[in-house]
Amino acid sequence: MIFLGFLDNLIHGISLGSIYAIIALGYSMVYGIAKMLNFAHGDVIMVGAYISYYAVSSVTGCFGLHPALGLLLSVSICTLLGVTIEFLAYRPLRKAPSLAVLITAIGISYFLQNAAQLICGSSTKFFPYVEFFHNKLFTVGELSVSLTTIVTIAACIVIMIGLTLFTGKTKTGKAMRACAEDKGAAQLMGINVNKTISITFAIGSALAAIAGILFGCAYPSLSPTLGSMPGIKAFTAAVFGGIGSIPGALLGGILLGIIENLAKGYISTELSDAIVFAVLIIVLLVKPTGLLGKKIHEKV
Amino acid sequence: MKKLFKKKSTRTSFITYAVVVAVFLYLQIRNATGGLSSTMAGQLVPICAWSIMALSLNLTVGVLGELSLGHAGFMSIGAFTGAITAAVIRFQSGGAAGGALTLIASVAVGAVFAGIAGVLIGIPVLRLKGDYLAIVTLAFGEIIRALINVFYVGIDKNGLHISFLNTENLSLDAGGKLILNGASGISGIQKISTFFAGFVLIMLCLIVIFNFVNSRSGRAVMAIRDNRIAVDSIGIPATRYKLLAFVISATLAGMGGALFALGQNSIVASKFDFNTSILILVFVVLGSQGNMLGSIIAASVLTVLPELPFMRGFKDYRMLIYAIILILVMIFKNNPTLKRFMQKLFPFAELKKRFAKKAEGGGNDG
Amino acid sequence: MKKFVSLALVLVLVISLFAACGSDNGSGEADGVSVFKLGGIGPLTGGAAIYGTAAKNGAEIAVAEINALGGSIQFDLRYEDDAHDAEKSVNAYNTLKDWGMQIFLGSVTSTPCVATSAESCNDNIFTLTPSASSTDVLGGVANPLTGTIDVERKGNTFQMCFMDPNQGLASANYIAENNLGSKIAVIYKNDDVYSTGVYFSFKAQADELGLDIVSTTTFTESSQTDFSVQIADAKDNGADLIFMPMYYTPASLIFTQANAIGYKPAYFGIDGMDGILTVEGFDTSLAEGVMLLTPFNADAQDEKTQNFVAAYQEKYGEIPNQFAADGYDCVYAIYEALTALNATADMSASELCDALVAKFTDGSFSFNGLTGDNMTWDETGAVNKTPKGMVIENGAYVGLN
Repeated sequence: MIFLGFLDNLIHGISLGSIYAIIALGYSMVYGIAKMLNFAHGDVIMVGAYISYYAVSSVTGCFGLHPALGLLLSVSICTLLGVTIEFLAYRPLRKAPSLAVLITAIGISYFLQNAAQLICGSSTKFFPYVEFFHNKLFTVGELSVSLTTIVTIAACIVIMIGLTLFTGKTKTGKAMRACAEDKGAAQLMGINVNKTISITFAIGSALAAIAGILFGCAYPSLSPTLGSMPGIKAFTAAVFGGIGSIPGALLGGILLGIIENLAKGYISTELSDAIVFAVLIIVLLVKPTGLLGKKIHEKV
Repeated sequence: MKKLFKKKSTRTSFITYAVVVAVFLYLQIRNATGGLSSTMAGQLVPICAWSIMALSLNLTVGVLGELSLGHAGFMSIGAFTGAITAAVIRFQSGGAAGGALTLIASVAVGAVFAGIAGVLIGIPVLRLKGDYLAIVTLAFGEIIRALINVFYVGIDKNGLHISFLNTENLSLDAGGKLILNGASGISGIQKISTFFAGFVLIMLCLIVIFNFVNSRSGRAVMAIRDNRIAVDSIGIPATRYKLLAFVISATLAGMGGALFALGQNSIVASKFDFNTSILILVFVVLGSQGNMLGSIIAASVLTVLPELPFMRGFKDYRMLIYAIILILVMIFKNNPTLKRFMQKLFPFAELKKRFAKKAEGGGNDG
Repeated sequence: MKKFVSLALVLVLVISLFAACGSDNGSGEADGVSVFKLGGIGPLTGGAAIYGTAAKNGAEIAVAEINALGGSIQFDLRYEDDAHDAEKSVNAYNTLKDWGMQIFLGSVTSTPCVATSAESCNDNIFTLTPSASSTDVLGGVANPLTGTIDVERKGNTFQMCFMDPNQGLASANYIAENNLGSKIAVIYKNDDVYSTGVYFSFKAQADELGLDIVSTTTFTESSQTDFSVQIADAKDNGADLIFMPMYYTPASLIFTQANAIGYKPAYFGIDGMDGILTVEGFDTSLAEGVMLLTPFNADAQDEKTQNFVAAYQEKYGEIPNQFAADGYDCVYAIYEALTALNATADMSASELCDALVAKFTDGSFSFNGLTGDNMTWDETGAVNKTPKGMVIENGAYVGLN
């Protein structure tokens, strides 16, 4: 019984962690290439969730489309949004100090939250995808796992493999890695840096849209601020695993989810967040660049 | 006299003091003669508190050159310990005490506790670099908030009762008082912060910061900011100087927190969250890192701005417009093309720039 | 030199900022019609906007109705935003004061209202809050944790909603009397004033009554999405009833997540649960059988409620929740008291306050509103009304018993 409870907590932790990992990927890729903390990333998740709500829900005023169509719509609009934000707000600041970019990102975050509230109203919306998943339980012995959990974990694995292949094998992927390593040298090799950064934002935002939908499935009430806390947690996860590293984001996200759930289950629900952050601090003290982060070389 | 002002740092600090005194006198006179609306009069103390927060963070971000995303945590510690001290003094003196002495004691206690937290947090944090350091300060800010949420402090004739997480053993006598009630925070605070006290604390902050920056330690800190490796190679103990600057920053933040709390009727831990840390950071960046007067101005303007009648007139669009202004200011301030365009548009700014070449050194935007 | 230029600019800027705020005082008094300036504050932006917007909308409907009557008492209503923050709420209060507010509808949420009611108490402006339910809003109430009185009574402040401890008390009594559950789990939000306030009094009363609480778990603002651990704890301890002192948004998640793992206990909520059926797109079958104590019910068949719901839907396109009803009732309660007092708008805020406090506490004043019949108030400021026990059946509220 005790072991079963533990397993249950663990699976939920992995599921939660998978969502963190997908969000963290977006953070990590953008950080790796643009060297900026994109605090508006969490709010792109919110936009993704809202778009799929309006596309899929059968409530009056929504379109009642098929969930797959909703996913497609949400991903494409978010991709567009991400590229637009990059073009309008971040590109003019390419050479500006990093703090100025950080504050701009926060401005974008406020903007998206408030715009969402004005457009969608403040009433709670319930995420429609749940209907396609809920009540479906898989039972192994006494352990029961919901379909949402399985889909979430599967999506995370697929995305991770896809991204690893993309950055490793394709030309664009290699260009991204080159830009992350050294923008000047990449430019000399004929890589269009601006375009590559745009593509990175596009991928990051598409991932955010998917994360938004998965987040909505697991925790189906939508509000304009729904992205901020997963955003911060995913940022933590990205740093935890080593910011800029794709496997690091996966590891960081999943560990964070597990720690959070086990802390809640076995220590204290009040202090679970404090425990998560305390673990993060300890890890960073032992490994100052995260679990899988590269050591920073300093030059004189 | 003239010779004295030749030195740039002296001139900068003198101008800063002069502006603060002048604005204080102006506002104080307006307030005393009833020339300020209730909205403005009610914001005088918060403006001072936020200015102190911006100044103290500027020491970390502008002078020390490290990004801190958890400054509200120090403010929180100062606010809660300060407010508890005031409540204890009030309880012990039978509800009568208030006024200057209580305020001084509370602010001092707030500063000391925040300073201690600064030491405890600074030792591990300052070993890290760049964005890793930023995330750890964020983590500490969140931990502080979570801990205060489960703290209970009560007082009765037997003294203080402190309880953590567990509320069952918090037994108070009938005449006692629960001061800090977990997530409900501290209610019924006696508002003893005054605009004058705020002004004095701002001046104190400025004196501390300017003297620090112009001292041997301050120069060491700025050298660390500009080139860590060079500093290490000539044998300056970098960590010790960084810690010094960090702790001073935390202590000042604790003062600001105590001043803030005692100017409010109630405080809750969730007020001092990540968003508040970011808000303070926005003050510093808008006012330019390293520029103390800039921090005060940015903090004052951004505190007053959303409350102005014309901003309130935008109703629900208020925060949206605030966000747009923030983005535009950042882009116009930092984009080289737009900067040149603005200079053509306003030749006055060009003039300023020419003078600036002679005078300016200011902060490092790293 | 640059510094002197910027210095001059700054001085001009600061002075113009502060000079820009004149105040226009005074209220209308023409042809025997009194226009009272009614001010209210609530979160109209940010995460808690749903509550503030609802209360504001409810109050606006009441004011529109009263003004349309064309009687001698008219209202000029102004609502300001506080984004659920005490500091901003005090700023908003001062803005309303500058505007010349005579009667104050308080802040909608508890934390800000603790601050604004202290201000309005100092200024002696009558305050009737629609929904700020914590004890510290009123002051003078013993803390259920320690039995101490931590905040002095603010004589000008009254509540339209139930005070938190009363809800916890009533819930425990109700569960015990009706034998609703043998093993009870509680899930509450431990960084929320409302939720903790109800929980502590519920716990005290439950211990008194010998109810068996087998599982107590919490969540916070930042972890109010994932309830797997809390639900598992309740399930593993064999709870057959979950008491949920919280708002309906997290509650809807708990229903969904418990259902997803096939756990179906009975649920018992408080007034914050009202609204669960209005969540857009929510599968109401999940809330089937949920019991709640609430003063308001949008499905009630009485004429008053139906008219209000129709007007609200027409104007705002949503079904009103309890906050909207509270906002509506506040305006009408003040209207009735003013009518009984024959008050005129040339009275100062302080005179109005004294008169209204006397009226509210004289024992003869009772008010019939959407959220209860024969509501009365006494010196404590807490409202005296009976909560209605409701149960959700076929996607609608049905009275319990």
